[in-house]
Amino acid sequence: MVTNKLNLPKEKIDRARELAKNICAPVLDFIDAHTTVTVERATLRLLGTDGVSTEGAPVPNLVVDALRDRLGEGAAVWYANALVQTGLEQGELDRRIAEGFNIATLPMGDRQKAKELAAALARRQFSHIDANRAYRESKLEEFKGRSHSPLLYLIVATGNIYEDVKQAQAAALAGADVIAVIRTTAQSLLDYVPYGPTTEGFGGTYATQENFRIMRQALDEIMEREQRYIYQTNYASGLCMPEIAAMGALERLDMMLNDSMYGILFRDINMYRTFVDQRFSRMINAYSGIIINTGEDNYLTTSDAFEKAYTVLASQFLNERFAYAAGLKPWQMGLGHAFEMDPSIENGILYELAQAQMAREIFPEHPLKYMPPTKHMSGDIFKGLVMDNMFNFVSKATGQGIHLLGMLTEAIHTPFMMDRHIAVETALYVMNGIESIMDEIEFRPDGLIVRRAHEVLDRTVRFMEEVERIGLMESIEKAMFADISRSRTGGKGFEGIVEKGEGYFNPVESMLERSLGLA
Amino acid sequence: MAHIIRPYGDTMDDGKVQLSFSLPVPAGSRALEAARRIALAWGFHEAEVVHMAPMSDEFTFFVVYAATQHGIDWDTVEGDRDDSEKPMTMDEINAFIRAHIGRKVVVVGACTGFDAHTVGIDAIMNMKGYNHHYGLERYEMIEAHNLGAQVPNETLIDYAEAHNADAILVSQVVTQKNSHVHNLTEFIELLEAKGERGRFICIAGGPRISNKLAAKIGFDAGFGHGTYAEDVATFIVKKMVQEGRK
Repeated sequence: MVTNKLNLPKEKIDRARELAKNICAPVLDFIDAHTTVTVERATLRLLGTDGVSTEGAPVPNLVVDALRDRLGEGAAVWYANALVQTGLEQGELDRRIAEGFNIATLPMGDRQKAKELAAALARRQFSHIDANRAYRESKLEEFKGRSHSPLLYLIVATGNIYEDVKQAQAAALAGADVIAVIRTTAQSLLDYVPYGPTTEGFGGTYATQENFRIMRQALDEIMEREQRYIYQTNYASGLCMPEIAAMGALERLDMMLNDSMYGILFRDINMYRTFVDQRFSRMINAYSGIIINTGEDNYLTTSDAFEKAYTVLASQFLNERFAYAAGLKPWQMGLGHAFEMDPSIENGILYELAQAQMAREIFPEHPLKYMPPTKHMSGDIFKGLVMDNMFNFVSKATGQGIHLLGMLTEAIHTPFMMDRHIAVETALYVMNGIESIMDEIEFRPDGLIVRRAHEVLDRTVRFMEEVERIGLMESIEKAMFADISRSRTGGKGFEGIVEKGEGYFNPVESMLERSLGLA
Repeated sequence: MAHIIRPYGDTMDDGKVQLSFSLPVPAGSRALEAARRIALAWGFHEAEVVHMAPMSDEFTFFVVYAATQHGIDWDTVEGDRDDSEKPMTMDEINAFIRAHIGRKVVVVGACTGFDAHTVGIDAIMNMKGYNHHYGLERYEMIEAHNLGAQVPNETLIDYAEAHNADAILVSQVVTQKNSHVHNLTEFIELLEAKGERGRFICIAGGPRISNKLAAKIGFDAGFGHGTYAEDVATFIVKKMVQEGRK
């Protein structure tokens, strides 16, 4: 499918990948030696821990908070120890913890027995995840050939999961292949995952396990009706990446926003915390067969899209390297980019084309996620509709994987049902009209488009050499990414990082690493 | 003598308007009629549904062209701000400050509450500004502090106090459930509780912020879409001199 139209020098691309390896290596060393409160909570969830106190504190949080001084050993062994010592059924133990029972008061009994029990509990959840994965694969096979290319991705976000379901079903019926539920604005900063179905949110709906389940059921109904696979997406971003990944695995989500640096740059979450969290969460995503989406669009909303295009490519290389390090395969790497150049730039659309084609050729097997204009959208919805359709054209013409549909009302409000309807109808028109264009067009070897792609690749390699020389953490401190500076020890969640002790035990981590060939 | 204006299609006073909307009904002849009738109920004397499309089993989308006889008296309309007041240029503002204030003007700004949409505040404050209109950081006679996203009101106020700010810019983009109104109101209330409201020039900004709304909440001004740094800076420096703030 991917032909070589830009003649990008292979040595430069290989060099960028080598630089990404070198840049990420010291970070991966740090990650290996540490765990965090949310990694431990996710581990407990994948042991089957569930429930919430009357104040809304999830049981995994209560357990991890109680074990604070011992997290270097891992929470799993202490939780399993509590089951062994009390002889309670897991559900009953969780209920008691929700009511105030502190498992940290129990002395450690037979540690080996506790470890074995923990591993057995994990295996039970893993087989649940295996069943989810098998179900997804069977449905993808059953509905093969019926999805759009690129996949059409639509967002719903009312704040009320039951309203979201109506809008999601309408969107899927309209032709959306992927439905994402934007999360409520504040969720990234919560160091716990809210519990149960929710009906209120600001600018979005809370990501909770029950909300995931409700949406999954609604989308499955449409799937059967339309005989077309409907991918469900949510966002791991924030202080609970591993837990949201775990919930996604248990509820059969198909895609998840999971960026290695988004939290650091755009949510001021501590960098060490994010790096450890992203790795664990990505391993869960990898194992559950989920496709991750990364957030390079954010670079272009803060910086100039024409001038800083190289930061997008650099981020894609880094996200790719961190993804490999977590066991993800290229087909699961929905690396992001966006159509955000100033619409007044002469040949701007051709530069976007160059950028999109370049990404396609450098990441041939990856379902690249291409995102629509936002920064230059305005109340002029008619111009906005045209900008969105230029974006649709470029996307189809460069074989993008996941196509986030632009809304003509992007600058005004969260989309009305009719805004989505218009977006889908016009996209289908454009994409159908140029169905075979990728096979038809070539670029002038010495033309503007080819030259632009070469320039961006060159600039990216130079930038990455600088990052390699200085170090990734330092580069972030120096505001080299998105012009935003973050300090190493600053940001939220720093206190949630724990150094792994000598006898650190995490059956979930071990099972993941073994299955993914990372051990 | 009233000056009545009506929508203009291609002839004066034809009252022609284009509408699009959805109704929670299945598409069909009845839906078509419903769309026509609802437009007539809105004060249009003619309405033609030119497009109808099902969005789902229960919702239908329409494009309607309609004509109204309703108009308003142009002479009675007051704008949100005075357009004749052109903003000064960056150089003029710097010169104005040197001449009339004699020291750097300190401006502190942020997106407050949970709002993380900094495109607007960045456009006003960051060096690069927006669309070739440099931001306040670029002004020689302005000391600009952009605190960025998700800054609690208290933090912004504390920072402004600590840095002896002359003006505080509060940016609010998210308007769902009127969160912008709540946040902006809380900001003013906090200042008033501290007895500090008079100490700062307070400006609200965002795509849905109007001068009227801002004034109603208790701000000195509100700026919306299309605002550049020089608009905000002109307002601040003129007001400072007007009120004798040195």
